Amino acid sequence: MSTGQVIKRAKYKTSVKDPGTPGVLKMTENKFLFRPNDPSSNKKLEVEFRFIQSHKNTKEGSNKPPWLNLIHSQGHSYIFEFESFPDLHVCREFVGIALGKSGDVAKAVPTAISAEQLSTAEMELRIKLLREDSKLQKLHKELVIAGKLTESEFWATRKKLLDKDESRKLKQRVGFKNSMIFDTKPTSDGRTNQVTFNLTPEIKYQIFALKPAVHQAFLNFVPSKMTEKDFWTKYFRAEYLHRTKNAVAAAAEAAEDEELAVFLKDDEILESEARKKVRWVDPTLDMEADQGDDYTHLPDHGIFRDGGKEISEAQYQLYKRTFLQDLNRQGAVVLEGRTLDVDLEHPRTVAEALARTRQESDGDIEQERLNRISQMTLIEDLQAQDNHCFAPLCIKDPREYFDSQQANAVKTLDDSQVGMEQIKCSLPSDEAYGSLRVSISNLKAMGSRDPLVSPEIALTILNGLTKNISSTKYHLGKNSQESVLDILPSTTKEQLLDHWTSSQELLRHYWSSYPITTPNLHTKVNRLKDAISQIYSKLEEIKVSARSDLRHQVSLIVHPMQQALDAALLHYDADMRRRTARGQKSNGYV
Amino acid sequence: MASGPSKLYADDVSLLVVLLDTNPFFWSTFSLQFSEFLSHVLAFLNSILLLNQLNQIVVIATGCSSCSYIYDSSSDSNPGSEFGNMPRLYSNLLQKLEEFVARDEQLLKAGKQGAIASSLLSGSLSMALCYIQRVFRSGPLHPQPRILCIQGSPDGPEQYVAIMNAIFSAQRSTVPIDSCYIGSNNSAFLQQASYITGGIYYRPPQLDGLFQYLSTVFATDLYSRAFLRLPKSVGVDFRASCFCHKQTIDMGYVCSVCLSIFCEPHKKCSTCGSVFGQAQLDVASEASRKRMASDTKWCSGSNDKIGTGIVEVCVKSACRSVVGCFTGFLGM
Repeated sequence: MSTGQVIKRAKYKTSVKDPGTPGVLKMTENKFLFRPNDPSSNKKLEVEFRFIQSHKNTKEGSNKPPWLNLIHSQGHSYIFEFESFPDLHVCREFVGIALGKSGDVAKAVPTAISAEQLSTAEMELRIKLLREDSKLQKLHKELVIAGKLTESEFWATRKKLLDKDESRKLKQRVGFKNSMIFDTKPTSDGRTNQVTFNLTPEIKYQIFALKPAVHQAFLNFVPSKMTEKDFWTKYFRAEYLHRTKNAVAAAAEAAEDEELAVFLKDDEILESEARKKVRWVDPTLDMEADQGDDYTHLPDHGIFRDGGKEISEAQYQLYKRTFLQDLNRQGAVVLEGRTLDVDLEHPRTVAEALARTRQESDGDIEQERLNRISQMTLIEDLQAQDNHCFAPLCIKDPREYFDSQQANAVKTLDDSQVGMEQIKCSLPSDEAYGSLRVSISNLKAMGSRDPLVSPEIALTILNGLTKNISSTKYHLGKNSQESVLDILPSTTKEQLLDHWTSSQELLRHYWSSYPITTPNLHTKVNRLKDAISQIYSKLEEIKVSARSDLRHQVSLIVHPMQQALDAALLHYDADMRRRTARGQKSNGYV
Repeated sequence: MASGPSKLYADDVSLLVVLLDTNPFFWSTFSLQFSEFLSHVLAFLNSILLLNQLNQIVVIATGCSSCSYIYDSSSDSNPGSEFGNMPRLYSNLLQKLEEFVARDEQLLKAGKQGAIASSLLSGSLSMALCYIQRVFRSGPLHPQPRILCIQGSPDGPEQYVAIMNAIFSAQRSTVPIDSCYIGSNNSAFLQQASYITGGIYYRPPQLDGLFQYLSTVFATDLYSRAFLRLPKSVGVDFRASCFCHKQTIDMGYVCSVCLSIFCEPHKKCSTCGSVFGQAQLDVASEASRKRMASDTKWCSGSNDKIGTGIVEVCVKSACRSVVGCFTGFLGM
């Protein structure tokens, strides 16, 4: 599979309805060929990928057979039916890569990719990342295309890049419509007494979400008791009655038609929900006492739309809905957001899906309420102390740590240290302190010398400082930000930087593949070792070929890089020796 | 200029905290007499006070068994007035210094014999930072603080962690640590301290003109430094001390859990107690189980327990890259 072609048994179909011609599909880097099993058939195909505009395929789990649809740039399409979905996936990926390659020649498309089962989306993401970041592309070209690292190894260290892009791709979800469906305006033709309501699947969904009672009724009545059309007619009739503010008429209608009454009465489900919400209000707050503050029912208050001036009678109160209630409900549903993600075409499925999301456990409400009350009325002073069980985060017994440090300190000081001048403590402390005291009292008695610093010394010091500072300026550039790199010719600089990034990358991979536990790691380490030695020799070349006046600077820069590579190579050799030694021993035993 | 409680602190008013090395073992073997050294430093302190009348200096003595504040110009009402044959500043400071040396000697005697101490730089750095924190909290207006270490005795590697902590807290509170190192070899601690906090590190080559160096290099306030070209250290020794033997190393083993540095592989981290097990326990081969801890790698976790490993890394405080360090290259 690592080779640049895929051969699968497939049926070629000119259209979806076509029964298909059985044969063999062969895909290479540039084109795909179809050879029918029946050599006399004229359904032979040979199409280059650059003519293919895009591709589609059926999803696993859907009830369709595994189809791959390659769409020609001139409009017609080639449909292949595979024997299984795995076959389809292999081909689909291959096509994805091939299309990506033919689409953009400059693109660095991995060749060894087919070994890994990558989705097209991920491939595209990688290609996009490479195209956006030329440095990354360069590194990719140098390491992956040259076979020093595999594609997956290269990307494994850049998961962050891939993830970041993934999150950016997340599509914005469509929320719940903000417009009030209560405002669905009927249209009347003016001549007859008819009004027409326009109903779309979206509005149906909105109605279900906003009015659980209607939703419930729909589930109960349709299609057992009435047709969907009847249902909606009834519903809008009820709505119309509300709209015309005809509470008396509504009551009368409701008395006649019990199904209609469902729509006209206050939504019981809503009410229970409201009760539930009230329970979540701070239990120490007396809601009933606050009810007196509600003045919207008083004359000259409330909202005009509700027709506040209308004198209402208690028996019709049931059939009245206020604008505020509608508004609140709308707000609550909009905030909840769109909870289901189904096709809105069939109201029945929408209703059922919605019912599923509504199911929630009620639990022991009273107990919960009591708990909440006790939580809210907590008075800190009267509570027993919270004795949370916890294990103290104890890194280690600190005393033990410092004791060991002290012992170490003494020991180290006794040892003679390399590059560290130690105080010769031949002098006993009495004498040492004595001389210090003498110095202080001397100074006290004599005062400081006059002049403190002789003019000649001061002058030499100033000259020295000036020379020192100006020489660092020459050597290190005008400021510390400027590095030696800037004085090198740009090609050398570029080369050095490139080698630096690739050697960093290689070393990171190299060290992270120890200890070698699998054959895979073993081959990887070998591959990396070869790459490292290549870079090493390239660095050597740069050092040699540098201009003589810059050679010292270059070698200064190259030195630490070579050191790092050396460490890796040394480790490799040592490890190899250990391995062979162990290998011999085990051979001896067996 | 305003006086009294509402002092007008311009941006060139300094609070200079001077850490004075008073290690008797160093001074008794050093070529420069301590009295000479003191007279240079005292003259320098005096000139700092003369540069701006709001300038403030605090002197902390760094002994080998204790540290102490020996001078604070804010509590000295009239440092300029003569007392005997010298200014009041001198006499006050010397008086306190004498008392300090006596106390330090007693403490050393009371302590373990044979425990040879290097100067407690970590202690005096901490005291300086505490003093500066108090100034920071005194109100929105305060002089610009900086620390000047005048150090001669070599680094005590056993103080590595404490000193690095002090350095990092100075960096956090943007207090530069200037270092004037008069010892014979460069001090890695002070080089790092100045490098990290953006201070100046300088080792004067000619000690009979110490005052000249101090007043030329270290007397400039933080504001004026922007306009001056002061000596830059050419190289900084970034090496760390290992936690186990306090040796200065440049390649070592780092605990993957707490980043403690060791000069040799350990079975268990002595700082955090993590056991460096083999993360790949499921690998059955005997050989791989016997493998040295140095071979284990960074593990994000294995099947049943959190994998801990110890890795060989460059331990320079600015680098920490897995073997291979390009400090000074590419702006690292």
